[in-house]
Amino acid sequence: MTAGVFAALGAGLVAIGAALGIGKIGSSAMEGIARQPEAGGKIQTAMIIAAALIEGVSLFAVLVTLLAVQAG
Amino acid sequence: MKTTVTYVGNWLKNLFIIAGLTSLMTGVAVASESHGADHGHGAHGEEAAHGHASAEESEDVDITEVIGHHISDGHDWHIIDINDHPVSVPLPVILYSSEKGLDVFLSSKFQHNDDGKVVVETKAGNRYVKVHEEIYFASEKANAHGAFVEMDEHHHPVNAKPYDVSLTKDVAEMLLGVSLMLVIFISVANGAKKREGKAPRGIQSFFEPLILFVRDEIAIPNIGKKHHERFMPFLLTVFFFIWINNLLGLLPGAPNLTGNIAVTLTLAVFTLVITVVNGNKNYWLHIFATPGVPWWLLPIMVPIEIIGIFTKPFSLMVRLFANITAGHIVILCVIGLIFMFKSAYVGVASVPFGVFMNALELLVAFLQAFVFTLLSAIYFGSAVEEGHH
Repeated sequence: MTAGVFAALGAGLVAIGAALGIGKIGSSAMEGIARQPEAGGKIQTAMIIAAALIEGVSLFAVLVTLLAVQAG
Repeated sequence: MKTTVTYVGNWLKNLFIIAGLTSLMTGVAVASESHGADHGHGAHGEEAAHGHASAEESEDVDITEVIGHHISDGHDWHIIDINDHPVSVPLPVILYSSEKGLDVFLSSKFQHNDDGKVVVETKAGNRYVKVHEEIYFASEKANAHGAFVEMDEHHHPVNAKPYDVSLTKDVAEMLLGVSLMLVIFISVANGAKKREGKAPRGIQSFFEPLILFVRDEIAIPNIGKKHHERFMPFLLTVFFFIWINNLLGLLPGAPNLTGNIAVTLTLAVFTLVITVVNGNKNYWLHIFATPGVPWWLLPIMVPIEIIGIFTKPFSLMVRLFANITAGHIVILCVIGLIFMFKSAYVGVASVPFGVFMNALELLVAFLQAFVFTLLSAIYFGSAVEEGHH
């Protein structure tokens, strides 16, 4: 039971972190595209790569919380 | 300009029609699966599954169990329940143990039982039971619950297990996806050969731009013009394999293949092996003696770089697995709310949201195939990069 509560808290923290990170990338990319619309395609690809890397870290954390629920 | 707008509008409309149909069918599938989960608990499952709110009559539907059943692998391909009769495709069960030898039979012999109550006896006299999609050697006598297995205090069976190399529903789905790919790409390749230098026709005109997209947007910018050609077969295969199987997995009743960690592990191991095998002098130099790093930092840097070789494919594996599984869970949860609240009115909110999630999953299906291929290409690029110091 407690493992479930802590895992849920952990999942929430992960969501905050990932949202901050991906939000920052999105805002910067939009700024970049607004300043230089012709570089839009390149910026978009780079944005997706960076977002995927952040997502990877957050998914590691999700996996840990899942394992915590199963173990606890 | 106007034609582009109409074109995009039409495309969006079609997308939403497809997503809506899939979502409705997912609803039917959840209804039938929750029916299946109820099966054996009592005869009142029908009311619950059809959304009639009659609190004292119907039993609770265990949505968690339904979702768990949907996203995990299974020995038979369960599609739907009609009037308490499970409709499923029986698949071959292949078991091997050094003492008892090889046994092959159809999964329908377990009669949809998953609690170890049905014993399958082969001609050689070997007896097997199935408990939670795991196959064990059956005990001589049934225990207090009527199951032919011994349980420990955590209700885990302690019976011996044969090696299980069955053709499970994920494997069946993979074979289906692979045959679909063979049919599509053999015809595309023949078309490209026949009409070399001419405009593409038929299915070829849909796939040729995608193949060029993988080459021009993924391979060449990240690997370089000189080396990209020898990685193209793998990149194209992995891109279309993930994309087509993601889309097949969104169909109602379809197994969750790319959300199976064993499948994504295999794909990631391919990337790892190809990267390491193609690594040139520069690649290994960057790992064991990173240029421009002071010597006293190397004891810290080298272990990190070596771990880095493995964390890159590991993140590929987890990303694909978690994204697809999470998508399936969210859609099933949204539709499952109807059965949890036992009210058809919840559907007013949850069905449109389910349609929206399904449309989003169509995008995720493409995006995950793209990201997997893109990151693989980046790793290959780092392995074959020429030195520029």
